[in-house]
Amino acid sequence: MKRKKRERNRKRLSALFCALVYLFLFLPISVIVVNSMNATTSKPYLSWKGFTLDWYVKLFDNSSLLQSFGNTMVIAIVSTLLATVIGTLGAVGMYRYKFKGKALLDGLLYIPVVIPEIVLGISLLTIFALVDIPRGMLTLILAHVTFCVPYVIFNVRARLAGYDSSIEEASLDLGANRIRTFFEITLPVLAPGIAGGALLAFTLSIDDVIISYFVNGQTKTFPLKVMESIKSGVAPDVNALSTLILLGTIVLVVLTQSDLLKIKKKVKR
Amino acid sequence: MEKTRKHSRHSFRSNTLPAVVMTGPMTLLLILLVAVPLIYVGVMSFCSIDQYYNVVFQFTTKNYARLVSLDYMKIYGQSLLIAFVTTVICILIGYPFSWLIARTKSKYKKILYMLVIVPFWTNSLIRVYGWRTFLGTNGWLNTALQFLHLTDGPLNFLYNRGTTILGMVYCLLPFMILPLYTSIEKLDQSLLEASADLGAKKAATFVEVVLPLTAGGIFSGSIMIFIPCLGYFFISDILGGGNSDVIGNLIERQFQSGNNWPLGAALSIVLIVITLILVKLYQRMGGSMENLGV
Repeated sequence: MKRKKRERNRKRLSALFCALVYLFLFLPISVIVVNSMNATTSKPYLSWKGFTLDWYVKLFDNSSLLQSFGNTMVIAIVSTLLATVIGTLGAVGMYRYKFKGKALLDGLLYIPVVIPEIVLGISLLTIFALVDIPRGMLTLILAHVTFCVPYVIFNVRARLAGYDSSIEEASLDLGANRIRTFFEITLPVLAPGIAGGALLAFTLSIDDVIISYFVNGQTKTFPLKVMESIKSGVAPDVNALSTLILLGTIVLVVLTQSDLLKIKKKVKR
Repeated sequence: MEKTRKHSRHSFRSNTLPAVVMTGPMTLLLILLVAVPLIYVGVMSFCSIDQYYNVVFQFTTKNYARLVSLDYMKIYGQSLLIAFVTTVICILIGYPFSWLIARTKSKYKKILYMLVIVPFWTNSLIRVYGWRTFLGTNGWLNTALQFLHLTDGPLNFLYNRGTTILGMVYCLLPFMILPLYTSIEKLDQSLLEASADLGAKKAATFVEVVLPLTAGGIFSGSIMIFIPCLGYFFISDILGGGNSDVIGNLIERQFQSGNNWPLGAALSIVLIVITLILVKLYQRMGGSMENLGV
């Protein structure tokens, strides 16, 4: 009996501990959600002036905020596409061919992952300034592709580790050329790794603050717009947009996840 | 016979073209946008500036001489201390937490795991600002404390080293939980049972069996937390209020308001050297680079 009681207490304590960690993780998010419904109109938008949903309508009149969100989406989509193509080709190429300097290339891949983002940011800024590329959309995309490519490569590489290249040989033996073999054999096998890498690249790109901060010029992304507004207090419409983004992502993930669950059930039957 | 003939036919074709097509773009990117910029930062750290703060290619070691000033030394020390404390707190919270959610038999296990990732979908800056709103003098915490008559006036929680560490732990904790979750989930239950069968106490099993098997997760998590801590200038800006700068703040200042790029470059070299030392240490302890990527 005593042992059972002790066991139950231990379980309660564990549940309490986990609940506290989740509370810690979600507390600032609840601040954002609540403040998006604050009727206050005076800076720094901290005191509670009653409940309203007006900000969810008003945010669509804030053209500079919408513009920054649009920039973030364009940059994220373009750099994810580029990073995925470059990274997938690179991972397969590195896996398949031996060439001089391969080890060096492999070492370079880890630099954007381990080095503090600020160092990558200022190094790109100095080089863009040296060759006189105007800072803006182009430099933002170049920078985002740079830090996304390694993550795509690592994800594809993990998939390649269990890859049987004899099916490619079979394809070539049966008369398909290399390009057809790549699209019809290699790519479908690697698809989950490529998708995982692309998703990670997209997530990193939309959330990036530090690297964008150094290479943006006059172009504002959503995180940079937030950074700018922090000085005078984050306005409720910024909180409203953040809440919408969060809701959108949750819906997207729930949809894809429940899809996965359905497939699993079908297999079981 | 037929097979060897065909095989030799396509291995006869040159591999150079496909190799260049596939690895060319990646190589170009890594050389032009990673290697060359970093080398240029190294070069710039030995450059001078003219009276208009333009970079001039004139050799000087002045920038490095300025790095050893007492004010800077204090901030390196403070930055390393913040990174160290953050890492330790992340291990102390992250380990038991990952253990509990990785080994729960609850049917909501997958959801519990996903809930660790959900905060990432909200921009990190605005979440850190959320902490400021919560802790500020007119914030939720102070309002609650005064409402409950626990305090008379607002308390000042913000703008010290503690709040900066809180922000760092908040942003980086998932980087400890995720690798630990993976390594704890992979742990073979039968090993724990064998250890118990052989008479080992729970504590002994933990130290002798569990810890060595999950050490990889702790090491890679620590690297992924310690290094970013040195550079996350926006957290100490928002929550530290200038009282708890990290090396990243020093660099940011030179590239923005201070406008002394060569000095900023030299400060970046400090950060690069620290990173290299830590990564070497990590490898020496048996850590694999591949665990750092995901």
